[in-house]
Order: sequence, then structure tokens, then C-alpha cells
Amino acid sequence: MSENKNEGYVTADGRKIGGTLMEMKNITLRFGGVKAITDISFDIKEGEIRAIIGPNGAGKSSMLNVISGFYVPQEGEVWYKGARRPSMKPYEVARQGIARTFQNIALFEGMTVLDNVMTGRLNHMKANMAQQAIWKGAAEKEEVANREVVEKVIDFLEIQSIRKTPVARLPYGLKKRVELARALAAEPSLLLLDEPMAGMNVEEKEDMSRFILDVNDEFGTTIALIEHDMGVVMDLSDRVVVMDYGKKIGDGTPDEVRNNQDVIDAYLGVSHD
Amino acid sequence: MFYREAGDFKTSYTDDNQTFPIKFDRYRYYFVLFVAFCVIPFIVNDYWANAVLLPFLIYSIAAIGLNILVGYCGQVSLGTGGFMAVGAYAVYKLMTAFPEVNVFFHVLLAGGITAIVGVLFGLPSLRIKGFYLAVATLAAQFFLVWLFNKVPWFYNYSASGQISSPERTVFGYAVTGPHASAWTTYLFCLVFVTICAIIARNLTRGSVGRKWMAIRDMDIAAEIIGVDPLRSKLSAFAVSSFFIGVSGALFFSVYLGAVEVGEAFGINKSFLVLFMIIIGGLGSIFGSFAGAAFLVLLPVLLKNVLVSGLGWPTDLAAHLEFMIVGGLIITFLIAEPHGLAQLWRVAKEKLRLWPFPH
Repeated sequence: MSENKNEGYVTADGRKIGGTLMEMKNITLRFGGVKAITDISFDIKEGEIRAIIGPNGAGKSSMLNVISGFYVPQEGEVWYKGARRPSMKPYEVARQGIARTFQNIALFEGMTVLDNVMTGRLNHMKANMAQQAIWKGAAEKEEVANREVVEKVIDFLEIQSIRKTPVARLPYGLKKRVELARALAAEPSLLLLDEPMAGMNVEEKEDMSRFILDVNDEFGTTIALIEHDMGVVMDLSDRVVVMDYGKKIGDGTPDEVRNNQDVIDAYLGVSHD
Repeated sequence: MFYREAGDFKTSYTDDNQTFPIKFDRYRYYFVLFVAFCVIPFIVNDYWANAVLLPFLIYSIAAIGLNILVGYCGQVSLGTGGFMAVGAYAVYKLMTAFPEVNVFFHVLLAGGITAIVGVLFGLPSLRIKGFYLAVATLAAQFFLVWLFNKVPWFYNYSASGQISSPERTVFGYAVTGPHASAWTTYLFCLVFVTICAIIARNLTRGSVGRKWMAIRDMDIAAEIIGVDPLRSKLSAFAVSSFFIGVSGALFFSVYLGAVEVGEAFGINKSFLVLFMIIIGGLGSIFGSFAGAAFLVLLPVLLKNVLVSGLGWPTDLAAHLEFMIVGGLIITFLIAEPHGLAQLWRVAKEKLRLWPFPH
């Protein structure tokens, strides 16, 4: 695939995937003497659903943290929208249009659902302190305009009824959905989902899968996700990266990955003799 | 029964966003404003102004300020007394250096100067949080009080080391100094309280407020969604210190008239204002008022009941007063750890259904 990196492809179900949105080149991440990620390269193309899978401790979450700017890799380059990304703070990465959810829900517990989702719009709100202190005028107009965007996301994810509920009172499955809403409200170019279905029952998983596919379909959002449920991953994603012990052992469509001997070994175990 | 939102539908996001979404609340708010501005100034006397209204109004501003920092942004501060002192000394220097400028602007400028000092002492918050930050702000408290004691320039080289506020007028009426009447000082403070409360409300419901609350609830997640922690923490310190500076300026110039820094703005003041917002309710503007009212009014009320009502000796009453206030604080916090604001919220929920709870 390396010779036509910047070109898109057509998926099995007929969706057109665009050029490269993000490219990781030879990423190595160390914590002291421990190598979390060793020399990994892969790309994410515009409009696709890209999954990162691997056994526990493979370095998937570390990889996501590198993409979202939370960890800075010791070696390697991150290319985003055709330019090399300099080392930057997480909030600067967010302003470039990368939003994410967390494995352990990271909502703002003291605020209502509406306020939580509105925080997703913070990068789109420009009124300065004086304007906000006066409120009437620029600040109010901006608030209403962004509220409209947020209400669309709330409708889309079907959480209208809990709009004004404090997040701390919600059950787990709904919290996950609110977190997705917050990430979507930012209208990201790249959406990172860290185990969006962890700890959910079958119905909740089906709902979440539907939302992920709908997001990709309706807004054309590029999605990179980590997930343990193989059935879900194979159904949802267009291409899959497989990691084990910080190394990339497979990359390709779900079918290619499923038949890759290294991947089978990593998941089922192999005798080392 | 009379407290209903049934039929009170909102058809625009502007309506839904207003401060008092329920009609009854809104009318009550207008009523309170009307009484505060149009009735009380005509009936207020010196005792009520000095014992009850002025301290309540001035501490309300300080409580709103500290609530923005602690309740909304989650940065614990024990430097309130020190920052109030900055406001007081700033307004003193401005009043004596530029006597021709209106004292209204002096107070605002004093707030601005305190905001700058607050930002300086807020810098450690970028690296430390919680108790450690509280200790760092405690350093601010002691340093500032020491500074105003040691450097004679701040108290204009007066022999006593005290500062005392000269007489200044607004629209020809004296608001500071010995000739100021009760209603002018009251109205002067009330204007500042109203402005501060409205600004605080506007800031906390918009994007700045959400940034502060995001930092408070989970700073790492806040940074990942695009909140610059440096700017939002420092802006919280600036706004908070501005309000506290205004309250310190009023406390000195309008209320006390003459101040010795260690006595008026010592560590006790920091704790008093912190107790106000804890009892009133963290992260609530109404709670700031409720907490200030509780801690200002209760001692006055107890003194009146014990000394005037029951005829007890003053010294006994004074000691009992401390014990009763302390006991009540503990009782309140056990009954409702989230403060008077939460009690009020629960009461409103109940009233909404009363008298048919189902």
C-alpha cells in the first residue's frame, strides 16, 4: 500500500474513502526503560473507520494518547492534514479538530448534560471576557448559535430527555453517550474513541455501534477507535491495525487481519519452542 | 401550588438561558431589587446600615469573588484577607493621590490592581493543586499583610501606621468619611453588589464559566477538549481577585473608615469568607449571598435576642454567641453538605409539587 498512500479507496459497502488525513511515521514511545510503542507506522484516511486492536497492554491507548497529543513520542513523526505536527499541548491539538472520548469516562460530573456537551463547543466560542460580562449582544448571540449545534447533536444521540440532568446522576451507558455527544459537538475532523463499548450490554453495544456508523455516514467524520469486542470491530471498521507488545503485527481490512498468522498467534497464543 | 412552571414554555434558547427561568422567581427577583433600591434607602438608619446591611453587602462581594475561584474553578485559596487588603490600600493610595477623581472609579481601579496581584499569586496554581495550593495562597496572605505593615509608602508615612479614608462624594453626597449618611453608603455598596452579581452570573453561564468548571471537575479532560489551563486558571484568579479587591476597598473606605492591616485583613478574614461560601454553597451565586447573610446576621440576631431580649450580661452573651454560631455551622453542614443554596434548591423542588406530592 505504500506506493499509493495519498489515494483513497472504495470500501466493500461502496463508500468512497479520501486521501490520508493523519499519518504516524515510525513512532516510538518510552516510559523510562519501558517501550510502550516500538517503531509503528500507519495512516488514517479521510472518512474511514479505523480500528486499533490488540491484547491487553499492547499499547493501544498509548497510541491514542500520542495522536491526541497527550504523550509526546521520543522518536517518529506525526503528520496531520498534510503537514508535520510540531510538538504541541493537548489543547492545541484539540483546536486542530481532533476530539476524543476516554476509556474511563471523563465527563464533568458537577455540570448538567447540556453544559457538558456545550464544553465541546468551547473552541468555536470566541467572545472575550468583557463581552461575556455584559452578556447581551455578542456573548448571547454566540451562546444561542452554539446551542443550536449542540441541540442537533443531542437530537442525533437521542439524549433530549436528560438535557438538564446533572451528569453524576446518569447510568454508565448514558454517560458514554454524553461523552460521545461532547466529542461530536466539537465537529471534529478526526474522532478518537477509546473503548466506546467497554462494560456495555448487548443492546447498549448495538446502540453505540449504530451511532458510530451514523456519525461516520452523516457527518463524514473520520473515526479511529480502540475496542476489545472483536465482533464489533470486524463489523464496524474499514481497516484495522493490530498491535502486540508495542509492535504492529498486522494492518489491513478486517478479512485480511482475521487471516493473518501473526494476529492469530497473538490472540490465541503460540508455543515458544 | 403557586410555584409552577406548567404552561411556562420556552420557545427560544434565549428564554431557556435566562437567569430565572421560572416566572415566579423572576418576579421575586424584581421585587427584591425594587425593595433594595427604592424602599430601604428611605428607611435605613445608622444602626441597620453599620451592623447589618453594609457588612452583608460587602462580604457578599468578597464571597462571590472567592466562590468564582474555589466554587467554580476549584482552586482553593486562603489569601482572601490579603487580597482585600490590596484593594483597601490601593483605593487609599488612589483616593489620596487623585482626590479630584470620583471615588467610584477609585474602587473599580482598586479591583483592577487586586486582579493583577491575584494573577501573580495565582501562578503557582499551574503546578500545584488542592491543599498545596491553599498553603501557597496562605503565603500570599502573610506576605501582603507584612508588606503593608513594613513599607510606609503604602500608609502615606502616617505616624500610627493606619490608613483612614478621606471624605469623598458622589453626586454631591458624601459616601466616605465621618459625614457620610447611612443611605448613601448603603446605596453606594448596593450598586457595586448588583454590578458584581450580574457580572459573575454572566461570566459563569457562558464559555468562560464552562472552562472554569471543566478545570474544576477534571483538569486533564478539560485540556484534551481544548481548554488552555494556564489562561482559564489565571482568568479565574483575576476575576475573583477583582471582586475581592472591590470588597476590600469598600470595606475600608465606606464601612470601617480607618484600618490597621493586621487586624482588619488578617487570616481570620480569609477563613470567614471561606466559611461563607462553604456554608452558602460552592459554585452558586445565590449561595454567596446566603452564606454572607448567615455569618453576618446570625451574630447580630443572637446578640439582640440574648442581651436585649433575655437580659443576659454582655460578656456571657458574647461567648455563647460563638458557641451557638459554631454549633449551627456544624449542624447545617451535616444536614446539607452542599450548603444553603442546595437547601434552597431542594425546598424549591418540594414547593413545585406542593401540596400534591405525586
